[in-house]
Order: sequence, then structure tokens, then C-alpha cells
Amino acid sequence: MSARDGRGRASGRDAPAAGQPGDGLSTIGRPMRKVDGLAKSTGRARYTDDIRLPGMLHGKILRSPHPHARIVAIDTSRAEALEGVHAVVTGSDMPTRYGIIPWTPDEYPLCVDRVRHIGDGVAAVAAVDEDTANAALDLIDVAYEELPAYLDPHKAIAADSGPYIHEPRKPGQNGNVTKVVRLEFGDVEAGLGDSHVVVEGDYFFEGTTHTPIEPHCAIGLAEGNGKLTVWSATQVPHYLHRELARVLEVDPAHVRVIQPPVGGAFGGKSEPFDLEFCVAKLSMMTGRPVKILYTREEVFYSHRGRHPFHMRYRTGATRDGMLTSVDAEIVMDGGAYASFGLVTTYYAGQLLTAPYRMPAYRFHSTRAYTNKPACGPKRGHGSVQPRFAFEVQLDRIAERLEIDPIGLRRRNFIGANTRTVNDLRITSNGFLECLDEVERASDWKRKHRRLPFGRGVGVAGSTYITGTNYPIYPNDMPQSGIQLQVDRSGRVAVFSGASEIGQGVDSMVAYIVAEELGVPLDHVRVLAGDTDFTPVDLGAYSSRVTFMLGNACIDAARKLKTQVQEAVAAEWGVKPREVLLAGGLAVQAGDTGTSMPVRDAFNLAEAAAGTLGATGSYNTPKDVHGDYRGATIGASPAYSFTAHVAEVEVDVETGFVTVDRIWIAHDCGRALNPVLVAGQMEGSAYMGFAEALMEEQIFKTEDQGRAGLHNAPSLLDYRIPTSLDTPALESLIVESIDPEGPYGAKEAGEGPLHPSIPAIANAIYDAVGVRMDSLPFSPPRVWRALRSAGVTGARRGVAR
Amino acid sequence: MEVVRLRVNGDERVCGVPAHYTLLETLRYGLGLTGSKQGCDKGDCGACTVIVDGRAILSCITPVWEAEGREVRTVEGLARGTEPHPVQDEFDLNGAAQCGFCTPGILCSSVALLDRNPTPTREEIRAALAGNLCRCTGYAKIYDAVEAAATRVGGEARRPDGAGPGPAPKRTPARGVGV
Repeated sequence: MSARDGRGRASGRDAPAAGQPGDGLSTIGRPMRKVDGLAKSTGRARYTDDIRLPGMLHGKILRSPHPHARIVAIDTSRAEALEGVHAVVTGSDMPTRYGIIPWTPDEYPLCVDRVRHIGDGVAAVAAVDEDTANAALDLIDVAYEELPAYLDPHKAIAADSGPYIHEPRKPGQNGNVTKVVRLEFGDVEAGLGDSHVVVEGDYFFEGTTHTPIEPHCAIGLAEGNGKLTVWSATQVPHYLHRELARVLEVDPAHVRVIQPPVGGAFGGKSEPFDLEFCVAKLSMMTGRPVKILYTREEVFYSHRGRHPFHMRYRTGATRDGMLTSVDAEIVMDGGAYASFGLVTTYYAGQLLTAPYRMPAYRFHSTRAYTNKPACGPKRGHGSVQPRFAFEVQLDRIAERLEIDPIGLRRRNFIGANTRTVNDLRITSNGFLECLDEVERASDWKRKHRRLPFGRGVGVAGSTYITGTNYPIYPNDMPQSGIQLQVDRSGRVAVFSGASEIGQGVDSMVAYIVAEELGVPLDHVRVLAGDTDFTPVDLGAYSSRVTFMLGNACIDAARKLKTQVQEAVAAEWGVKPREVLLAGGLAVQAGDTGTSMPVRDAFNLAEAAAGTLGATGSYNTPKDVHGDYRGATIGASPAYSFTAHVAEVEVDVETGFVTVDRIWIAHDCGRALNPVLVAGQMEGSAYMGFAEALMEEQIFKTEDQGRAGLHNAPSLLDYRIPTSLDTPALESLIVESIDPEGPYGAKEAGEGPLHPSIPAIANAIYDAVGVRMDSLPFSPPRVWRALRSAGVTGARRGVAR
Repeated sequence: MEVVRLRVNGDERVCGVPAHYTLLETLRYGLGLTGSKQGCDKGDCGACTVIVDGRAILSCITPVWEAEGREVRTVEGLARGTEPHPVQDEFDLNGAAQCGFCTPGILCSSVALLDRNPTPTREEIRAALAGNLCRCTGYAKIYDAVEAAATRVGGEARRPDGAGPGPAPKRTPARGVGV
């Protein structure tokens, strides 16, 4: 059986793994330096705020102090009169609605007639320096008429009359409801009725936010000849390019988006933000470059992070633990705008249907608008919250049936080369190996239900998409493109439209070029993130880049390689396939001793065929989804699989949970660079751990004096883990060699986040016998749960 | 405007800055040393960490006049000529920098640690980095890099390409279940 037949490595026990001697690969699968590693460790990497242009002005945005209000009047005259102020812009200067999802454009660059959350942008100024810009904001007079604010999604949904947060799409509808999805596969009620056990549970996932260490930053430069350049810390330069042109009414051929290195994103920079429109507009008004850098507080208010989810699950199983039926009811708190919410509402249900077989499944998801900053995609978009609830449900079933939780998951394994109940096409699947790995590495059998009171282990599994088969705006063009160009020195330039946000995409394409063309890694230059000279890649979201851009890069490199092989073959009088490119040489196959430096081979090819270059592209498989409305959402060319075991200690006196270690086993298809894959796994598990124990993006209620005010918009008060908080993280890479991935690779950046949270919840139960169904598992919540379950310090140290 | 005199990375520098400027603002906007980063501007995240008289400090909450007459060392001053500091090299080899935005501050905290304790334990490294938030890595690869550098400080400056970090993560081929 070949390794690329979609069933993983059935005979792979004998075949060499990538990165092992004999695999035929020289770069792929090996720990290599990153192409930008030294620039980042010497301070030379230039992020957006590190750029200063001659004559640059500084911009600031005035933000709403009210959660919900009509804008009655704005008077900017006093600000405009201030010495040093060059321009002031308000919503009416950019009155075109936009939204990352083309079907739900519901926001303006600056609010036109209504503010919908504290922090909504109202006006922007450009001034000679930051101090003057701040002073000018104080001189803008805005008259508001306050409106009732909705902070609770249930109340927003229950409203029966306006004013709603947005105008209803049709008269009589509730304008506070942004999206409802109800889908059923199989007969759920019959399945539950036939079950030996039915477990019911209510779960609450508090919202969290991305907190990249780099705040959002953008610079606009209108050159006076109609051309507009915007530098931005974005993870979606292509979508930003489109929206800037549309909203500002500039010919897209005149718009250039440059994406410098991005200092972390995690989904928080994956749609246009007010500052990008404002720097562009202010530059168009002044003829000067304009920069806006968010304060940390503004980063918290711009948000677009994980939605709070209220979830109710009913899960049925047979006597021997086989799942029969799953029923989910979900209410999502979307905040003030749609953002990616249409997709989130589908993902909330669609992505739960693997890695376990479900004969029947139903979900009903409702996304509400509320007067808080908009929620959107955060690492593991839409599926982290349901995964938490569902994996706790599985733990409850295992306990009821007295089956080992890992064993229960093995029994329900959906398999490779199959379809889920909602018709997602699963190809490679290494989930069983993930379970084996965490079971072995954690010494699970010796620990589960056997550790002293107060200590416990928990397991959870998950799946995630490797990109989406359908792009955000409908089109038939490739999702990823790349261009290669060869210099006479033997250097290969790669023009990549993909967004380097720390995940290593620039290095990934360099590894592929080095592998395919046989050049040393330091002979590859990656030029990325500039829409003026790179082909389109749709962006760094939905874990799509390695799979899609990697395949595009292989496509381009192999076209170029063919040209080189033909030229060298003609020179040597052999067949092109006998010419191999490796180790900086063109070599004749078969140990003949014939070779030449690869640079000479490139020069031969250039002499024969003209300037040497190639483009490559990748598009996703279409029509491999089910036949129902919404079936395309969740359809991915490949799915990754993960299992975690977490080991915790619970202090029953204080409710303080310490996570000692998380074992992370992840099926990434193939690790193109195992060090970078492990880094993604550890970063994901860390972020899941953080959401489990520490993080909550919450807002004050009316009772707390200031409805809709962020509770803790700083990196001190919104607690993210320091080195002292973070558990030991152990990466266990599983390789299933996906039949369609580049060298078999799938994703590694988002999947490994999912199981952290339920694994910790299940470990807490193993430690102290208390179920934690609401996030985060902070000391007060755990302490209350322990008290209401009658667990006290007196039981500490009692062996079970 | 105030005229400040600083000794930065071995150079005597003079520049005029607004009186309220912090050391970070002076480095970034007065002297063009943009390696030190601003992540929060209130001493919470550690991205602005630089070394002053051998101690790692938060430059975003240090008024610039406090640094006058003292030895300031930033990420731009860690290499010896063209040779990166072993910590910088090990960050590259170990994948310890993902987005790289916290990296300059973490490097400064690490160098300050190694200068006073050349053989730190992992616990000592964790403690030394407790004021530097990293949102990408989960810190594990950073500890690996600092530990590896500790064995090299004063020795070779750059490991050869392909030397790779220590043991590569364990990898398991999937069996191809579902056949």
C-alpha cells in the first residue's frame, strides 16, 4: 500500500518516516532554521509600528462612551482649529457598509448614526504628533441620545420590539438575531429513545480574546496620483485590499497592501478594522503618511474573539458505549457586529461530527447581537466551545457505563476515508495513534481513578479543518498562488502572498523550494505580503496555509524543475527523469558520477528556455460535501486530529487548580519541520489551558455601574499565563500522511487547542469528583463547585 | 523638549525628546532603535525589556532621565559584531521565536540572567522570564533555547546550519486504521 493512499501508513511501520534516513527527503521533515529566525532574534525584523515615513502624521480614534446610542450631532470644528491638527474624519466621510462576510455587511469604518458598544469608533484625527492627536480628540463634540442596551444574549433574542441593535432584515423580525442554524442528520429523537444511557448537560463557555503582544497598527500613504498604500498588521491582506478599494472608492489596481511581520494574530487580525480605513482616508485628505497604533485598551475593545456560548447537550449511547444520538442547543453572544458570525454559527455545530461516529445528530445554534465588542474567530473558530461540552459529555458517559474514557473514544472512532453524519469527507485519520500516544506517555492506566484525592488526569479528543473548500467570497480562482524566479547566482526568489504571523509560512515555502530544486535553504529568498507583487493567497486563517500554499509551491517548483531537468538532460544526452536535483547539484540517477552544480543547471535552462521562473497554484476540491443548505461550511480538504491528557492538582481549600502537564498528540499529516509543528502544538495547548483556567473577556453590567464597560482591558487584569503559570507541555507528533496534503501535511496551528479545556475539566473531576461545566475554572468557581458538592478540605489526603 | 544623554549598546548618544518620554519611546522614536517593542505601554507584558547596568528593566515605565549616565543594552546590542549571542542563535535553532514580538524582551531578560547565573536551572529560567508574556509558544521552546545557550556562553557563537536543536520531537506514524 502506498503511503499516499489516504489510509495513513498502513505499511508505514517498515517505511522510513520523513526526516529519517532513507526517506528520500533532504529538507522536509527535518528541524531547520526559520528564514526569518535571525531577523526576529536580533531586532532587525520591522513590524508595522517600527516603520516611520518622512512627514508622517499620527492618528487617533475617538470612541463611544455609551454601549448603545444614536449619534445626534458631531462637531469637529474645535479639533480642526487646534494647532498641529491636519484632518478630522467622521463616519459620514466613509458611508459604505462593509463586513468580512459578503452577505452580512453591517459596519462602517466609523459609526454613521449609531454606536453599538463602548469603544465603537466615532471620529479620527491626524496630527503632527501623538500628544496633539490625543488633545484633539477631547475637542470633538458628540451629542448622543442613549438607547437601551442589551448585554445578555437571551434578553436580546427575547426582545419583541425595537429599537434593535441592527435594523431587522425584514419588517417584524427581531433585529437582535444575527443568524439561526438548525440542522438534523438522522433521527435524533429515535436515537435517544433507543439509548441505554442519555446524558444531559448545560455548559457555559465565557468569551476570551486573542491578545497578540503586538497591538494593531496601520500606516496609510496616498501618493497624490490616485495610488494608495496601506501597511497593516493584518492576517488577511487580500480581503483588506478588496474592502479598502470598495469602501474608499479607489480602483483596486491603485491599492497596495503591505503586510510587515505580524506580532501575533490568532484570528484577531483577520478582518478589516477601523484604523486601516482611517489611516487611508486621513492620508487621502492630507497627502501625508498617517499612522495609527492601537493602545492595549483599544485592542481589547476591537476584540473579534471567542464567542460566549450557552450550550445544552443530550448525548445517547448503547450499553457498550457506542454513541447513538447527539442533540445540541446553542445560544451565542455575538457582540455588536456580524464579523465572521455567520460561519461561527455553522461551525458551532458542523465541526463536532468527528473523530467519533454519530448515527444521528442535531444542532440548533442562534447568534445574538449584544451591545459589546463584536466576537469573531479565535484559534479554533467556533468549535472550541462545543468541543469542551461534548468531551465532558463523553466523560460522563464513560463513567456511567464504567468504561475507560480512552477506551470509549477508541470504540467510537470514525475511521479514515469515510464521511461524517453531516457528510464531511474525512481522508487521513491518525486519531487512534493520538490516543495511544497520550495513553502511553501519560502513564494513563496507572493514574486514571488511581491518583490520591486532589490529583487527577483527564482525556479529550478533537478534530479541526485544514482550510475550507469554499472561499469567503464566491469565486472559482485558486485559493493560493505563488511565483518562483531563479537568479543566475543559483538563488531562488519566492513571491508569496501568504501572511507570516509567526506560524512559519515563509519558512515552509522555503523548505519546499529547497527540497524540490535541490538548493541550499539559504539560497532561497522569500518575499511576501505585498499585494503589488505577490500572487493572491487568501490569508492566514482556518489553518489553510501549509496545505494550500504548500501545494501551490510544489506545483510551481515542479514546473521549474521540469525545465531544468530537460535542459540538463539535453546536455548529458539522457532522459529528463534521470536528472535529479539535490544537495546543491544536478545529478544523473544511477550512481554514474555525472553531476554539475545546480546553479550551472539553472543557467543551462535559462539559456535553453529563457528567463527562468514558474507560477503555481492550488484550489480546493469542490462538490465533496453533502446536499443541504450549509453543507459547504465545514467542508475541508483534510482534517487534523488531536488527543490530550492533562494532569492536575486541585487545592480544595482555595479552589486553585494547578495543571502540571499536558500531553499533546496531534495528527498533522506530516511534520514538514517537526520543531515548528511542536511549537504550534505547544502554543495551542497553552492557549487552551489559558482559556480553561484564567481568561475571560467580560463586561460590566448595569448593576456594576457602567453597562458594557470592559471589566479588565489590560494585560495585567485580563490574565494570560506567564512562564510560572504555564504547565509542562509535551508534544507527540503523529503522521498519517494525507493523500492530498503537501508531502502529506495537514494543519497544526489550531486543532491542538481544542482538547486542552475538556481534558482539564475531566482531570478536575478525576481529582475531586466535581464537574466543572462553566469556564473559566477560576478559584472562585471551583471553590463554589466544591462547596456545593460538599467537598471540603477535611477530605484532603484521603485515599480513594 | 529635553536633551538626554544615554550610553546605548556602547555608544554615547544625545537626543532631544519631550520631557515625559520613557526610555522605550526614546529608544524607538528618538534613536531609531526599534528592536525593543511596545506591547502594552504600562509595564504588563515585558516586550520593552532592556538591560540597564546589568539588570533587566521595563523601559516603557522607566522615565528616560532615570537611564541617563547608565549603561543601556538593547536587543540590537546583544550580538558581538556579526556573531549573534548564543541565546539569539539558540532561539533561531529551537523555534523559540514564533511571531517574534516578545522576543527582544525575552532575549534581554535571558541575557541578564545568564550574565549573573551562567548555569541556571529550568526553574530559575522560568522565574527570570516571569515578567515577559509570550502568546505564541507556551514558553517550552524558549526554555530549551536558554538552556542550550547556557552551555555555550563564552564558547562558540553560532552553531552550524543543520546542527538542529537537541532531540527532535518524537513522531509516530499512523497505522492506517479504517482500512
